[in-house]
Amino acid sequence: MDAAVAGRGIGLVHDQAKLAKTLRRFRTGDAIFKWFTLTSAVTVLVLLAGVMIALLHGSLPAWRAFGFSFFTSESWNPVTEKFGALPAIYGTLLTSFIAMFIGVPISLGIAIFLTEISPERLRRPIGIAIELLAGIPSIIYGIWGLFIFAPWLQVHVQPLMIDTFANIPVLNQLFAGPPYGIGMLTAGLILAVMVLPLVTSITREVFDTVPPVLKEAAYGIGCTRWEVMRRVVIPYTRVGIIGGMMLGLGRALGETMAVTFVIGNAHRIVPSILAPGTTISASIANEFTEAVGELYTSSLVALGLILFFITFVVLALARFMLMRLEMKAGK
Amino acid sequence: MPAIAATPRYHRRRWRNRLATALSIGAAAFGLTWLVLILLVLVVKGVGGLSLAVFTETTPPPGGVGGLLNPIIGSLILTVLAVAFGTPLGMLAGTYMAEYGRYSKLTMVVRFINDILLSAPSIVVGLFVYEIMVAQMGHFSAWAGAVALALIVIPVVVRTTEDMLLLVPDSQREASSALGVPKWLVIRHIAYRAARAGIITGVLLAIARITGETAPLLFTALNNQFFSWNLNAPMASLPVVIFQFALSPYEDWQRLAWTGALLITAAVLGLSILARALSAKKVQL
Repeated sequence: MDAAVAGRGIGLVHDQAKLAKTLRRFRTGDAIFKWFTLTSAVTVLVLLAGVMIALLHGSLPAWRAFGFSFFTSESWNPVTEKFGALPAIYGTLLTSFIAMFIGVPISLGIAIFLTEISPERLRRPIGIAIELLAGIPSIIYGIWGLFIFAPWLQVHVQPLMIDTFANIPVLNQLFAGPPYGIGMLTAGLILAVMVLPLVTSITREVFDTVPPVLKEAAYGIGCTRWEVMRRVVIPYTRVGIIGGMMLGLGRALGETMAVTFVIGNAHRIVPSILAPGTTISASIANEFTEAVGELYTSSLVALGLILFFITFVVLALARFMLMRLEMKAGK
Repeated sequence: MPAIAATPRYHRRRWRNRLATALSIGAAAFGLTWLVLILLVLVVKGVGGLSLAVFTETTPPPGGVGGLLNPIIGSLILTVLAVAFGTPLGMLAGTYMAEYGRYSKLTMVVRFINDILLSAPSIVVGLFVYEIMVAQMGHFSAWAGAVALALIVIPVVVRTTEDMLLLVPDSQREASSALGVPKWLVIRHIAYRAARAGIITGVLLAIARITGETAPLLFTALNNQFFSWNLNAPMASLPVVIFQFALSPYEDWQRLAWTGALLITAAVLGLSILARALSAKKVQL
């Protein structure tokens, strides 16, 4: 309707006063709309700043009470009100490391399968199926992990690991019993499945940025498919793959519900990855509503701030790398 | 050729290639197996509990019988509110980035920050809303839960709106500008209309994402054992009820948790498939 007015306003209306009025309305409309969009865009920035400020403010009592020792202390005692973040940070990093260690090679494999090996007709359905894994809510991974996966690991896999590595130094520490089922390894494995679709889809995207002529040239001189991937495609897309990995890492670090179900929520550091532990997000999810007293709550908020900071750095690096690749691809 | 084919080096290369191919196929099979396993278990465990009572009765006390009516309604209310708060803001921000400030520094910064918010841990969003709303008001509330979910909707909508508007050919904008249509009407009548399917897809994806979100609701909307329309009070939601019931020692509760899990997964996967179908149609056009 306004567009019709526009046509009338410029072309058909000869009444000068009316024309001026319409033009004025257009200008104010433009200014107002632009102001609205600009404000909204700035709001996105304000939100990020707001998150930081709110978390900083909420965690002040903890910083004041513990200072730097918050990072180095292993104790987490609500009764004596002594809190330290080290076990949670350790658990977050360890579970994410396990997730990356297992998830990244598999994601690369799936991406190679989907870009090079799979018959054309299967590419789309399989690609969609993998992406659906990303759509499954994390709480579903959690309930599945707790009731199906952890018991299975406990009975079939963990005893085997404990026995196999029993006489090998270092490894027997890492895989020391008893088999709980739940624990760091279980959480890491579930996270590995959760980062699969994300890393796969980004790896696929960056694989597609490789100019076909590069691959054809390599095939032309007699390279095998694996050699083309290994020597041409992967080196060409290295930055993008690392970017995708870091996005996956960002997801693994901050993942809450799936981990909360299977981690066991134990604030301690032990060498065995089969043992229960905790992560930053799981501690917050488990304890926040039950936290009594300012210092307890504020220590949990401080944990949240640390998590936010870590993921911010990881995600920023990831985006930066992907942006570089985009520029290279000439977008 | 046979002379080359016979060399050990050639064999080694061939075998290495076969091994890599087999491993890739194995990786794909691994991913698919997980999807099938998860869905299968959900159906097996969840279907048994499906009955009319699930949709008509409220959550039971331990050991009692009941359904999931209040968490289902609660989830719907929270989702509607979150989309109502988040979509306009996200769309306007995306509009600025694609239409007014396409090459400005501000757009670059907002895009960068928005991409980070897109993957920021949702539990941090929950903490943030706790600090600014729950702690200030002194009690948990559905409002706080809706705001927390809205904060997750915004980055998704910003991203898709910008992407979809950038796909609209500039010649269309120029054609209407040449007719004397002011910029805001060009955006509203030309750009939005052309990008509509894409933007709706984005909103659907955002809904799919918040449907399963648990972490930001834990200490904002909290939970409510009873049916409630009061937005100023704690409100039940499916994910939080699943969390509570699954970790409880009561078998009835655990069964309801599985049924709820099945419902949520069906909703989320349905939404993402719908979104995908919408955007696929758009690409064909």
